[in-house]
Amino acid sequence: MISQKANNALQVHALEARAQTLGLYKGQPLANARAMVQPLAIVPADEKADAVLVEGIADWCDRFTPLASLDSPDGLLLDITGAAHLFGGETAMLATVTQSIARQGFAVQGAIAGTSLAAHALARYVPGTITPRGKDAEAVTPLPITALECGDKSLRALRHAGLKTIGQVGTRLHSELSERLGADFVTRLKVMLGAEEKPLQPRRALPDLMAEQRFAEPIVTEETIVASLLQLAQHLGEILERQGRGARMLEAAFFRVDGKVARITVRTGEPLRDPKVILRLLRQRLDALADPLDPGFGFDLIRLEALLAEETRPATISFDSNENARRQIGFLVDRLAARFGDARVQRFVPQDTHIPEAASVAVPAQDSDFAQQNWSLKRRPGDPPRRPLRLLGKPEEISAVLASVPDGPPSRFRWRRAQFDVARAEGPERIAMEWWRRSVGESQSDQNKAGLTRDYFRVETRDGQRFWLYRDGLYQQNGLAPRWYLQGLFA
Amino acid sequence: MNNMAKLEGLRHSLARYGLPRDRPPVPLGCGSVDAVLGGGLRPGALHEVFARGWGSNGFGVLLAMLAAGTKPLFWVHPDYEAMEYGALSPGGLVELGGDPRQLVMVRARSPADALSAASDILACAHVGALLLELEGDPKCLDLVASRRLVLAAQESGVTAIMLRCGAQLEPSAALTRWQVASASSSPLDDDWGAPVFDVQLVRHRAGGLGRFLLTWNIEHGCFDTADTGAVAAAPADRQAYPQSRRAI
Repeated sequence: MISQKANNALQVHALEARAQTLGLYKGQPLANARAMVQPLAIVPADEKADAVLVEGIADWCDRFTPLASLDSPDGLLLDITGAAHLFGGETAMLATVTQSIARQGFAVQGAIAGTSLAAHALARYVPGTITPRGKDAEAVTPLPITALECGDKSLRALRHAGLKTIGQVGTRLHSELSERLGADFVTRLKVMLGAEEKPLQPRRALPDLMAEQRFAEPIVTEETIVASLLQLAQHLGEILERQGRGARMLEAAFFRVDGKVARITVRTGEPLRDPKVILRLLRQRLDALADPLDPGFGFDLIRLEALLAEETRPATISFDSNENARRQIGFLVDRLAARFGDARVQRFVPQDTHIPEAASVAVPAQDSDFAQQNWSLKRRPGDPPRRPLRLLGKPEEISAVLASVPDGPPSRFRWRRAQFDVARAEGPERIAMEWWRRSVGESQSDQNKAGLTRDYFRVETRDGQRFWLYRDGLYQQNGLAPRWYLQGLFA
Repeated sequence: MNNMAKLEGLRHSLARYGLPRDRPPVPLGCGSVDAVLGGGLRPGALHEVFARGWGSNGFGVLLAMLAAGTKPLFWVHPDYEAMEYGALSPGGLVELGGDPRQLVMVRARSPADALSAASDILACAHVGALLLELEGDPKCLDLVASRRLVLAAQESGVTAIMLRCGAQLEPSAALTRWQVASASSSPLDDDWGAPVFDVQLVRHRAGGLGRFLLTWNIEHGCFDTADTGAVAAAPADRQAYPQSRRAI
């Protein structure tokens, strides 16, 4: 039996069938239960672990339909529209689902109905029901009003009115009910009776296209896995070609016999449908996994999904060497991204700001077309560079700075435990922080968030090293001596 | 047997069909250096740059920029490298006449990952140049590893620049090996601040050695001899390499 703290008292949260026969029930105060039955094995509830477990089962249920959604806290809703015939009809499918979940050691009840709420109620009160098309209302009417799960207040109100079953509630005028119990209640009732539909919220985005292969005998060896991946890639490639599309994001899902599901995702820079290239990317991703794919007792289903498919330009084999070079570089970037992760292969994008550390960002190289960008020059033609070739990840404070007040360059400073004597300096180049980005109500004095005005200096030390330093703030401000930072290294 | 060899040769040339056959050397722009190098930096080879101090690694970046021309430049470095020496800033690259649109950056988890990424990149003949940046002396970088890079570079014709920061001079399979330190700007120059390097060619498998004071000419995109009357003082804190020493 599992206990849970609710309303500052321990209650029975869940209990097994044997305990139920002894007259214990869900929601009973724990003290009462203890008084009725001795000894009791009690375990405190762990809702997080429960949620993770349900998520895991939902993952596994992906094999039946891509439209699986959580019905918290302890249920799953599968939208099997158009999927039932793949498993031999609704009756056979319900049996397959419940039996295979039960085989994994869970207590399970299921039902199939026209709407999510009806299925939810029937699975709990009349497990095993399969309502014929359009006959949801008949199946639901005999259920008690508790099956509506509409909250204690509404329940009490219904009881006062002498309504005991959903059918009785349904005979009342909807306008009456809506006045008394709110519009939400009426919507709920309509969905329950099959008059309206409430769409499921699928847990995962629907793939644009997918191909899958089931195995009567679970497969374990790498060769068979790769061979089936290639078949899937060929199949997917054919579909993509027929539609004139290519995959930008691919996911391979490996369903293990014992319920675990492993997924790997690869992204590509160009719409892709060549099975060999798809296979190579997937293999590289598999090889690069931190914890390798563990087949356990084998996979009984492998699925390849194109999460994102885009139109391809008609593929004419181009003899233009530039176009070919661009494509080859694209493939190289895809390979590197598959091996090292797409966040590790990057290109730079200029940003519309003058704050040096924010002037560019590195984004995954597969994301967009980089040829159109405009990088602006800070120096005038003929001048030496104004911006350093390298920027430190974070400006580092320098100490023992000797500089003339108020806005002279430093003549000597310490950085990383070394002393530097400045031979030449140029500046200041004043860069003010972006006051228009401060939120309303923040004043000039709220400096920690907005940042201080910086005076930048280019300095050259006696041995020829060139640094980019700045003074954070001005001398007059708040009476303290401003700090100095080193931000960049010139070549 | 002879026919087999011929066939193999044909296959090989077919595989490289459409690719530039013999890329000419890339001149650095400064006569004395190019003379020593035999025309310029040889493509399809590994060049090693040992940078002392903080900013001198810019020499390696500029070499890679020259070697890449208008083709993509791949910059591979382990994660922590950027913390120590700073990350390559596209703004700074523009200031030196480079084009960030050519730049693809690969952040590797470890030096070993960086080396394997480098091999992948060198295998693609459409890459302009590879800039592989490694800090210190990673264990995985031995003669075998550098030999592998050399072979990959020869096969595809891509120039590989290995930039070593804070590293010891150790034997490697590189064609040329440079030791670089920053040098002061010319005292006569009001517009100081263009990169000046004290460059020593300390090993060259196919020619002579030398020591040069080079400055980067931003407008022309090439190196010039720095026009200081006084050459930088001889370094007191390290061994100067004798000019007569030849590489094996």
